[in-house]
Amino acid sequence: MINKTIPLIFERSTPGRLGYQLPNLDVPEIPVSELIPEEYLRVEEPELPEVSELEVVRHYTQLSRINYAVDVGFYPLGSCTMKYNPRVHEDLAALPGFANIHPYQPESSVQGALELMYNLGKHLATISGLEATTLQPAAGAHGELAGLMVIKAYHTHRGDGQRTEIIIPDSAHGTNPASCAMVGYNVVEVPSNERGAVDVEVLKGLVGPKTAGLMLTNPNTLGLFDENIADIAEIVHDAGGLLYYDGANANAILGIVRPGDMGFDVVHYNLHKTFSTPHGGGGPGAGPIVVSEELAQFLPGPVVHKDAGCYCFSMPEHSVGRICSFYGNFLVYLKAYAYILSHGSDGLRAVSETAVLHANYMMRSLQEYYHLPYDRICMHEFVLSGKWQREYGVRTLDIAKRLLDYGYHAPTVYFPLNVEEAIMIEPTETEPKSTMDEFIEVMRKIAKEAKDNPELLTSAPQNTPLKRLDEATAARKPILRWSK
Amino acid sequence: MRYLPLTSEEKQEMLKTLGIESVQELFEDIPGDMRLKEDLDLPKGLSEAELVRHFHELAEKNANLTSNVSFLGAGSYDHLIPSIIKHIVGRGEFLTAYTPYQAEISQGVLQSIFEYQTLIAEITGMEAANASMYDGASALAEACLMACAATRREVVVLPRNLHPEWEQVVRTYLENQNVSITYLAFDPKTGIIDLPSLENIDWDEVACAVVQQPNFFGLMENIKPVKKLVQEHGGLLVMAVDPISLGLLKSPGELGADIVVGDGQSLGNSMGFGGPSLGFFATRGNKLIRRMPGRVVGETVDEDGRRGFVLTLQTREQHIRREKATSNICSNQALNATISAIYLSVLGKKGFSDVAHQSLQKAHYLKQRLLQIPGLSSPFSAPSFKEFVIKGAVNWEEINLRLLDQGFLGGLSLARYGLYDLVLFSVTEARTKEEMDNFVNVLGGLVG
Repeated sequence: MINKTIPLIFERSTPGRLGYQLPNLDVPEIPVSELIPEEYLRVEEPELPEVSELEVVRHYTQLSRINYAVDVGFYPLGSCTMKYNPRVHEDLAALPGFANIHPYQPESSVQGALELMYNLGKHLATISGLEATTLQPAAGAHGELAGLMVIKAYHTHRGDGQRTEIIIPDSAHGTNPASCAMVGYNVVEVPSNERGAVDVEVLKGLVGPKTAGLMLTNPNTLGLFDENIADIAEIVHDAGGLLYYDGANANAILGIVRPGDMGFDVVHYNLHKTFSTPHGGGGPGAGPIVVSEELAQFLPGPVVHKDAGCYCFSMPEHSVGRICSFYGNFLVYLKAYAYILSHGSDGLRAVSETAVLHANYMMRSLQEYYHLPYDRICMHEFVLSGKWQREYGVRTLDIAKRLLDYGYHAPTVYFPLNVEEAIMIEPTETEPKSTMDEFIEVMRKIAKEAKDNPELLTSAPQNTPLKRLDEATAARKPILRWSK
Repeated sequence: MRYLPLTSEEKQEMLKTLGIESVQELFEDIPGDMRLKEDLDLPKGLSEAELVRHFHELAEKNANLTSNVSFLGAGSYDHLIPSIIKHIVGRGEFLTAYTPYQAEISQGVLQSIFEYQTLIAEITGMEAANASMYDGASALAEACLMACAATRREVVVLPRNLHPEWEQVVRTYLENQNVSITYLAFDPKTGIIDLPSLENIDWDEVACAVVQQPNFFGLMENIKPVKKLVQEHGGLLVMAVDPISLGLLKSPGELGADIVVGDGQSLGNSMGFGGPSLGFFATRGNKLIRRMPGRVVGETVDEDGRRGFVLTLQTREQHIRREKATSNICSNQALNATISAIYLSVLGKKGFSDVAHQSLQKAHYLKQRLLQIPGLSSPFSAPSFKEFVIKGAVNWEEINLRLLDQGFLGGLSLARYGLYDLVLFSVTEARTKEEMDNFVNVLGGLVG
């Protein structure tokens, strides 16, 4: 990686330089003053950079060289499923018949796009064991929002308006409670038991006439499958609530068990995780939801249905409404469709079997070196704790930063919140064994360094484009933009 | 399976390490009666070549805008896209990274987003922008929620000439938080907000008033009267803007807006059947900036005092604040934001203003040519930008099907919104005089 700071694009600007040229105006020009009242016209010109095309290309190429990615190396960021993104999918999404179509074309002129949406919805229903899909949500958290709206609409439609609470485990992603707040639900937290799963006895005391539902990630954020899921589903259903499946960890169970068979009523999938659409530096993702037959009438729309051999859009009868314009992130979920077709049922099951095998192999290879808070079979990811290293004055953050020196992306750290000094590792199925073995060796070496030479960790990283950054000052005195 | 590198020898080694015979043993925590007994009912896996063939077949069932000439807009626009964009964002370092949690090895994405935030702040004339939202409509919904939180009020004023889908999205979000909506009528003669209707509102209860500029009909609103009323009574002015128009029109910052949102598709993103696009979100003042939803990148220094960038103001966000966060948004549209930053950078001052100017000129050329067709008229008198509404007592949906036979995608029939006889045309700098002349000839034959 380059070891220097790169000028901002604004700092490369030279007055008068052009980077792009439009064709000459070929219609008779009318003075702007005849078309727009003077007082509507812009006075202050925006400070856009004036750079040549080559300068723009070099600028971004230099930036790309100080950015880590799956294409660069191992990226064991737990709960994010940083697997390989097949390059052919980029070619498919760039076909003019997909990239260059307008959302308001007559339906008869976009039958291929609608067929794709219809089939993808069907396949996701098959994979989840549920009935009806909407592709509207743009990301996982957007899917949670949509799913909770559906749950709320279901209760309201039944005249059951007093249900105001959603139960969430203490190990849940932050988006779960935040999504509840967005639909006006109160959050009730259920603690984990000594096996890292939902404490069923406590749950029994929490459910009641106010329970609208329960949100669960299974396997959960500890990478553990909740064995009591059948009891949990029964407790929540008996109390009149619904079960929401956060699909963040669905990479562990494709073709092995279906959320619908576990008792869930609503599922969201993070297509950018499980179905390998590129993460793009933080998006765009896609977070479609799939629901039971009974809930289909409440889905956000439009959805695609098939009518006499033609595909068309419709709004479900009691839809909660629209949650974004048009039809969601079409060019993203198109890649998930390609991924499903490439793998088929055998391939998807092999994905999960391999992801789970990889995670267990790594967990067992590291458990002598780092504290393993839950010593049981894991699914596609596992959580270690850096607490053994604390006696040397080393924190999990230091371990993470030391990994950067060795050329790896760090695992997810300090999450889930119910494990102290958490280190969450998700290798995914697409990594070669040799890469995992090298990473294991480095993790062991770092454990030794923590004991013998802790400064190597506390002063890390040293081999990266920049050293540790001052986040406190950034938040206290925010500089959120360049100014001339 | 071609994406799984594990060989059978390696698999055996791993099983041996784990002391088990088969991978199935790893799934014993899953109750046996729940586990699938048979394969999922999915088609058999395809090779790369078969996959490509299948996608070509699907793509060919769609009439694309490379082979057809389009006058559709209404939120998704056929602007020119510089070629370098796809080459830059196709780089794996941008494409296959995630949210820059490890700042020391993510400076490429962080600096790109910091530049994006600056570019958005510049074109909108605002103090700060976030790292992006899902799209313009959801950004507007979040802006309304933010205004409610900032003012501790629960009424939002929306104009009837707001994009109908944006209105629907805002309604979905607000209904779930018990925020009520008051609507502003538009003047049927001018097509812009009806000024007398502003008097009927109890502004003391209003968290924010939304104005779309240009509005759904492509017309330019008079912002001042709305701004004065809402802000005098302690509410906020929220503007939803077409970013391309900002190459010509007064910026929301100059007009005194408190929050500005919009859809960034037209800034270098392909239409892609409506997505992915991005929503941009900008505001001003420390108090409002600290209430923004979503990710924000800030400048700082590293231990050696070198400039660097980090995710900042994170105590607003869901992973820290959970149910007390300013929004639930986590993944946003980072790659689309990068696309828009590249677009604005390569166009620069002149290019950005040229796109707005040419779109304005070409839209007026087509409008004036269409009005020469007998039976067609202009229903609204307010000045327009790159879109305009035409009135004609014909079935525009049927006309559009016949236009498509001749290689044209006509304007959007507004009958779907209950506005019969009206059709909304959009013209960008990408259209040529020849295309427009041909279109007028063909349409004239169909309408006449």
